[in-house]
Amino acid sequence: MNPPTPDRKFTGRFGRRAHWHPLEMLFWIAAFAAYYLLPGKHLILTEIAILALFALSLDLVLGYAGIVSLGHAAFFGFGAYVAGLLAKHQIVSEPLLALVLAGLAAMLLGFVTSFLVLRGSDLTRIMVTLGVALVLREIANRYAWLTGGADGLQGVNIEPLLGLFRFDMFGRTAHAYTLLVLFVLFLLARRIVNSPFGLSLQAIKGNPLRAAAVGVAVNSRLVAVYSIAAFYAGIAGALLTQTTAFASLDVFSFERSADLLLVLIIGGTGYLYGGLIGAIVFKLMQDYLSALTPQYWPFWIGLVLVVIVLVGRDRFNAWTVPLHKLAARLDWRAGRSGRLASEEH
Amino acid sequence: MLTILFDGIAYGMLLFVLACGLAVTLGLMNFINLAHGAFAMAGGYCTVILVNRWGVPFFAALPMAFLLSALLGLLLERTLYVHVYRKSHLDQVLFTIGLVFMSVAAVDYVVGSGQVFVRLPDWLQGQFNVFGIGVGRYRLLIIIVCGLLTLVLQLVLSRTRFGSRLRAAVDDTRVARGLGIRVDAVFAVTFAVGSGLAGLGGALGTEIVGLDPAFPLKFMIYFLIVVTVGGTTSITGPFLASLLLGIGDVAGKYYLPTLGAFVIYTIMIVVLIVRPQGLFSRGSVR
Repeated sequence: MNPPTPDRKFTGRFGRRAHWHPLEMLFWIAAFAAYYLLPGKHLILTEIAILALFALSLDLVLGYAGIVSLGHAAFFGFGAYVAGLLAKHQIVSEPLLALVLAGLAAMLLGFVTSFLVLRGSDLTRIMVTLGVALVLREIANRYAWLTGGADGLQGVNIEPLLGLFRFDMFGRTAHAYTLLVLFVLFLLARRIVNSPFGLSLQAIKGNPLRAAAVGVAVNSRLVAVYSIAAFYAGIAGALLTQTTAFASLDVFSFERSADLLLVLIIGGTGYLYGGLIGAIVFKLMQDYLSALTPQYWPFWIGLVLVVIVLVGRDRFNAWTVPLHKLAARLDWRAGRSGRLASEEH
Repeated sequence: MLTILFDGIAYGMLLFVLACGLAVTLGLMNFINLAHGAFAMAGGYCTVILVNRWGVPFFAALPMAFLLSALLGLLLERTLYVHVYRKSHLDQVLFTIGLVFMSVAAVDYVVGSGQVFVRLPDWLQGQFNVFGIGVGRYRLLIIIVCGLLTLVLQLVLSRTRFGSRLRAAVDDTRVARGLGIRVDAVFAVTFAVGSGLAGLGGALGTEIVGLDPAFPLKFMIYFLIVVTVGGTTSITGPFLASLLLGIGDVAGKYYLPTLGAFVIYTIMIVVLIVRPQGLFSRGSVR
C-alpha cells in the first residue's frame, strides 16, 4: 500500500483533536445542568462563568501564542466600563448588543496595543502589558466626570435582555445569560485553535524564528490573536458590569491580572478547558478561604502559586493524566481512527 | 523650583538604593524578581518596630534593617529561589507574585493594615534655607547616605576582586564558571546584599513614601521602571534612570497634578518600545 500523503496524515492527527470528545460533552451538560440542580448558587456560578471566559481569553494569548501578560485586566476593565457607560447613558440599552459593542471596543484597544507586545523579551512584554493596564486605571481614576473615579460607575441600569428577560435579584437571568455567552464563545475559540491559524500560533509559540522560516507571518498572527483575546476579555468585563450593574477601578487592578494567571496555571495552559476548570477551582477555593479568613486569603493564594512553581507546573498538572487515560478509553472515535491508521501501514 | 529638584533628587536616590539589587538580579541571572519590594518592606517594618516600640536609636536601626533584609534574602535565595532560576520567565513571575501576596497578607496579619511612620530624632525634622532654597534635613540625609552608598557600590564593583568576579559572571556565566569562579556563591552574596540594600532603602524611605502592607505591590512598577529603563548592564544606567524617575515624578505631581502617575507609565512604555534594552545600556544582546 502507498504510504499516506503528509496531508492525510496531518488532517488525521490534528483533525482528531477537533472532534467532540465524550468528556467535553459531559462537561457542558454538567455546566448547563448546574443551572437547574443548584438553584441557590446562581451568583457564584455566574462569577465562575465570567472568570472562565476571562481565563479563556488569557489562554489564547499565553497558552497558544506564548505571550506572558501581566496586564490582561486592561481589556477586561475597558469592556466593563464601555458596557457600563453604554447602559448608563442609554446609548445602547439592549444588553446583548451592548455586550458585542463592548467586546469590539476592547478588541480595538487590543489591536492598537498589540503592536507594543510584538517586540522585546518576556520582561519587556510583562512591563508593557502591566503599563497599559496601569495607564487605563489612571485614566479611569482621573476622568471622574465620566467614570465616577474611585467611587466607581454608579447608576447603571440594565434593561431586560432582548427586551424580554429582566435581570432578577436571584441572578437566574444573569446565570443563564453568562453561561450561554461563555458556551458560544467557547465554541468559537475551539474552532479558532483547531484551525490552521491556531496551529500556526502554536508553531510561533514553539519557535518564532523557525515559524517565520516556514512562512508563517508571525507578527500579523500575533496581532490577530491578541485582538481576539482582547475581544474575549472585553466581553467578560462587560458581562461583569451587566450582571452586577456596577463597575469600579478594581476591574483594572494588578491583582485581577495576577489572579487570572493563577486560574490558568491551576487548570493548565494550552487546551482551552484549563481556564474553565481553573476558574471553578479558583472560585471555590476563594470562596472557602475568604469565609475562613476574610482578610488574609491572599496569603493562601500566594502559597498556592509558590508551591505550584516549586513542584513544577508539569508535575502539578499530572493529576490530569488519569483523566486523559480515561478519556482515551471513552473515545470511540479515537480508537477507530487509530485502527484506520494501522490498516494503512 | 530648586526645592522640587532637590526633593526629586532625594527621591531618585532613594529609588536607586531600593532598586539596585533588582538590577543586579535581573542582569546577572536574567531572573524576574517581582518580590524585590517585599525585602524593602521587611527593612522598613524592622526599623519601625525597633525605633517606635523598642526605642532603638534611628541610626542604630538602619544597619539592623540592612542585616535583617540581607539575611532574609540569603535564606530565601538558598531555600526557594535557587530552584526557580532555571525555570521559564512565566514560572519566575508566578513564583515571585506568590511571594508578594504572601508577604502582603503576612505583614497585614502581624502588624495591621494601617500606614505606619517611624519616629525621627528632632534634629532631622524640618528644613533650613540655603540661598533661598528650602532644604529638608531628612532629605539631605538621604542624599548623603544614598550618594555614599552609590560610590561604595561603584568602587566595589569596579575595583575589588569580588566586583570583577561578579562582572565576569554577568558577562558570561559559563566561561566564568569554567575559570573556577563559584558563580552560585557570588550570586548568593549579591542577592543578599541587594536585598539588604532594598531593606535599607525601605527603612530610609518610610518617612518619605510611607509604609503599609501593600508597599511591594505599589512600588513594584517603580523598581521595574528603574531597571528596564536604565538597562541591566551597568550600575550607572539604573542610577541615572532612578534620578530621572524621581525628579520626573516629583515635578509631575507638583506641576501636573491632574495627570499624576500617568506621565511616568506613558514614558516607560515609549522607552520600552523605542529602546527595549534600556536607555543607557551598551546594547548587549542577551
